[in-house]
Amino acid sequence: MNRQYETVIGLEVHVELATETKIFCGCSTRFGGAPNTHTCPVCTGMPGALPVLNRQVVEYAAAVGLATGCTINQCCRFDRKNYFYPDNPQNYQISQLYEPICRDGHIDIDTPSGIKRIGIHEIHMEEDAGKLIHDEWEDCSLVDFNRSGVPLIEIVSEPDMSSAEEVIAYLEKLRLIIRYLGASDCRLQEGSMRADVNLSVRKAGSRELGTRTEMKNLNSFKAIARAIEGERDRQIELLEMGRQVVQETRRWDDNKEASHAMRSKEDARDYRYFPEPDLVPVLISDEWLERIRAGQPELRTQKLIRYKKEFDIPDYDAQIITSEKKLADLFEAASAICKKPKKVSNWLMGETMRLLKEREMEADELSFSPEHLAELIRLTGEGVINGSVAKEVFLKIFLEDVDPVKYVEDHGLKTVNDEGALQETVEKVLADNPQSVADYRSGKEKALGFLVGQTMKAMKGKADPQAVNRMLKERI
Amino acid sequence: MAHVISDETIEYVGILAKLELSEEEKAQAKKDMGNMLDYMDMLNDLDTEGVEPLFHVYPLSNVFREDVVENGDERDRMLANAPEEKEGAFKVPKTVE
Amino acid sequence: MELMSLTALELGRKIRSGETSAVEAAKEAFSRIRRLDDTFHCYVTVDEEGALRKAEETDRRIRSGELTGPLAGVPAAIKDNLCTKGIRTTCGSRMLEHFVPTYTAEAVVNLEKAGVTVLGKTNMDEFAMGSTSETSYFGPVKNPWNQEHVPGGSSGGSCAAVAAEECSFALGSDTGGSIRQPSSFCGVTGLKPTYGTVSRYGLIAYGSSLDQIGPVAKDVSDCAAVLAAISSRDPKDSTSVKRPPMDLSAALKEDVKGLRLGIPRDYLGEGLDDDVRACILGAAKALEEQGAVLEEFDLSLVEYAIPAYYIIASAEASSNLARFDGVKYGYRTKEYDGLHSMYKRSRSEGFGPEVKRRIMLGSFVLSSGYYDAYYLKALKTRALIRRAFGRAFERYDVILAPAAPTAAPRLGESLQDPIRMYLGDIYTIAVNLAGLPGITVPCGADRQGLPVGIQMIGDCFQEEKILRAAYTLEQTRTYVRCPAAQE
Repeated sequence: MNRQYETVIGLEVHVELATETKIFCGCSTRFGGAPNTHTCPVCTGMPGALPVLNRQVVEYAAAVGLATGCTINQCCRFDRKNYFYPDNPQNYQISQLYEPICRDGHIDIDTPSGIKRIGIHEIHMEEDAGKLIHDEWEDCSLVDFNRSGVPLIEIVSEPDMSSAEEVIAYLEKLRLIIRYLGASDCRLQEGSMRADVNLSVRKAGSRELGTRTEMKNLNSFKAIARAIEGERDRQIELLEMGRQVVQETRRWDDNKEASHAMRSKEDARDYRYFPEPDLVPVLISDEWLERIRAGQPELRTQKLIRYKKEFDIPDYDAQIITSEKKLADLFEAASAICKKPKKVSNWLMGETMRLLKEREMEADELSFSPEHLAELIRLTGEGVINGSVAKEVFLKIFLEDVDPVKYVEDHGLKTVNDEGALQETVEKVLADNPQSVADYRSGKEKALGFLVGQTMKAMKGKADPQAVNRMLKERI
Repeated sequence: MAHVISDETIEYVGILAKLELSEEEKAQAKKDMGNMLDYMDMLNDLDTEGVEPLFHVYPLSNVFREDVVENGDERDRMLANAPEEKEGAFKVPKTVE
Repeated sequence: MELMSLTALELGRKIRSGETSAVEAAKEAFSRIRRLDDTFHCYVTVDEEGALRKAEETDRRIRSGELTGPLAGVPAAIKDNLCTKGIRTTCGSRMLEHFVPTYTAEAVVNLEKAGVTVLGKTNMDEFAMGSTSETSYFGPVKNPWNQEHVPGGSSGGSCAAVAAEECSFALGSDTGGSIRQPSSFCGVTGLKPTYGTVSRYGLIAYGSSLDQIGPVAKDVSDCAAVLAAISSRDPKDSTSVKRPPMDLSAALKEDVKGLRLGIPRDYLGEGLDDDVRACILGAAKALEEQGAVLEEFDLSLVEYAIPAYYIIASAEASSNLARFDGVKYGYRTKEYDGLHSMYKRSRSEGFGPEVKRRIMLGSFVLSSGYYDAYYLKALKTRALIRRAFGRAFERYDVILAPAAPTAAPRLGESLQDPIRMYLGDIYTIAVNLAGLPGITVPCGADRQGLPVGIQMIGDCFQEEKILRAAYTLEQTRTYVRCPAAQE
């Protein structure tokens, strides 16, 4: 029966910007303070306090707008959105309704049937709310304003998506762009990226839009996909039963895989927007806009084209490396130093990815310097350390960003390939393992491997395996 | 044109403004609001075609702060004003069912 | 020595010369407050201990040469909608009966830097909404000229405290005439500066696009000195303006030769009390005799200012006062059933009738479907009013006007009919809509012997001109102390 219907989806995506301070006051945006310690009169709505706009918020918002093909509104203003809720200290949120900073942009996503353009209706700047903690013991709620006033941009798409796959492709692309710009880390789980899904269904081929609902509380791509499918089925079922879809906001419960309406008599949804009298308009001059444009980093599409020309690495590697700006930055910086892009790529694609996965870390948490990776590649290339020592050193670089030259020196990890130092060990191994020597002599090639292993073990891994191999052969 | 404010309107505005009026206050509010709106209708006589609304008395723009942390810790003094607090947070009636 | 009968500048001079001290001045102020304030109720809160401690320190700093300004050691009263760290700030409301701010308003910080002693917080109409100072939760202020009459509002406590000599000067705030009208009723001088001149940071907002803090004092020179002390470009207030320092010596000159004065004919017609009209015209004549050029003209749009003002002010107030919800500070009802019931009951019990009336009206005019018809229309009207003043200031340096249609009404007379009360603001609110500076100076009395002031309005940033006109007029008269001041 679902074949007769098509789904129409638009997204409202909130992204917390990566500023040091809040949008309208100098309080820190850092996570993890004790409740209400990152607050001041402004972000707790004390009487008489006034907002002053953080310049960096405008720059990030405009940067995201430019990267998504938006027209920048060079005279934008703030408005008050009035509603009562305890996490909203002033009982109005400072946002933008009438003159948002960006309009009419788009993002191109890959779909099985080719590239699809998803329109962006607008991007506006606003302040985040505080956090409500529900106290089970006393059956009350507790308000913490540490997050209150953290800058957000809300990216409102056109209703151009028709499936969970498209929604996720759109979100992934959006996230990649914003992370590239450094405007946010866009983590769904931690709430620095949040998506509300507006969804309606209509008979296939119909031009008219159906009644839509808005789904909130979606904390992962999986939850988003499940919520979209659940809501689509719910609406189709209603229509099939001859009932109406009610325009409402619904809250998704991912544990129950079901949603419920968030309605209350006290919730009029009449926000009485009006221009914020405490803030003055933001005029973005052509020069300012040009400066922001000039400061934009190279985005992934351009990077992929350049990598093809500049670096001799497989397309697959380039795809993976450019999927995170952090990886791409490390790759480019380390390659520039050691001039061995393939080796850099190998370290990133291999050990780095493995360790990230093992430690459940994200690429933007990588903290080692490209210089140290380049040094490591040099040490390996020059035969100063062997492959297995290199892996051990890399782990230290990954964890603590140690200087590999110093580390190798301090821990005496240099490969021993000077024959004098090896000779004694080789001769001892030969003397201790007459059976293996005899086996080799009688044509059992494998026996040599055992002898090499014994020598390496005795040398604590620091010997050059090739040198050991050669010396053993000479002596047998 | 005389404005007649209905009970529903007073109820609705009460929800928006979070005010709960007594029956007597409601009757008074209906009368006052009606009178005020009648009076405000005077503005309809004024031709404002093509006039830009004046949001700010003069054209200030681009007033910014730089992105530098400067918060102190006034939590305890701030919480001293709270009707109820618990563990450094403001205590309110339960917000979810 | 009657220290409180001196002007602030005279007192400042005597303190600096060592003839008296900040401590003595503060002590005399408190002794007068103790004697008179049960009657007039100018203050909601006094901070005797804090003020005397501060005054002692000020005396030390004056002696060490660290404080040399004209207001050092002078005791002042602060309207109770300006936040003062550690001193409760009520806005005349039950809602904030026990509210103690964690910070001090920028204007008050500026006064403290100048060495001013803060005596306490003055009574006012609840959240500055009113024209009589009768809507205070803490009881009405009485006019020191006649206890049967109101002092005007909303800065009634500040103006009455200056008139009754319970302080040297005071700060008030003016959203629609709240400094200029009570100054007229109390026979003192009050100035509303150009919007943006004094930081609003720490002023508990009523109508954000209209509110301005200003001085109330015994004379024009005091007002000018206080204005100079409190003006600043404050990075914490986005709407505060960087102004070049005002040339007060040029402003405080008895010289109006060639100064072009305009009186709006539309301000002198129906509704204006005959005695008040006579006082205004008499003052205008006095200035003309000093060499000013006087002309009547049609300002136009006068009647539209009231509806435009009440739409804008109520809309902004409905949003500004939303933060008083019983969560972070202020009154919370004792009995409630859930969150929204807590909100509604706390606000309904915490706010008085006039505040609720304006919140309801403001919420309505912003609600879905009415924004364009009311709010936007009011902002367009505001633009036209601004233009009308712009045209007038092409021809005149200063506009003369009444500050109110009558002298101070009797207590209880005004609150019966809100629209009639709002009509009383007709001469003052247009000035706020256009962001202009205005000053009220005493210019006579009505048949009951109640004071009448004349309002002088200037173009934006032209405080010097209105100060010069006001100063010149003042020189033609002697300051009349009210009966209470002489007690």
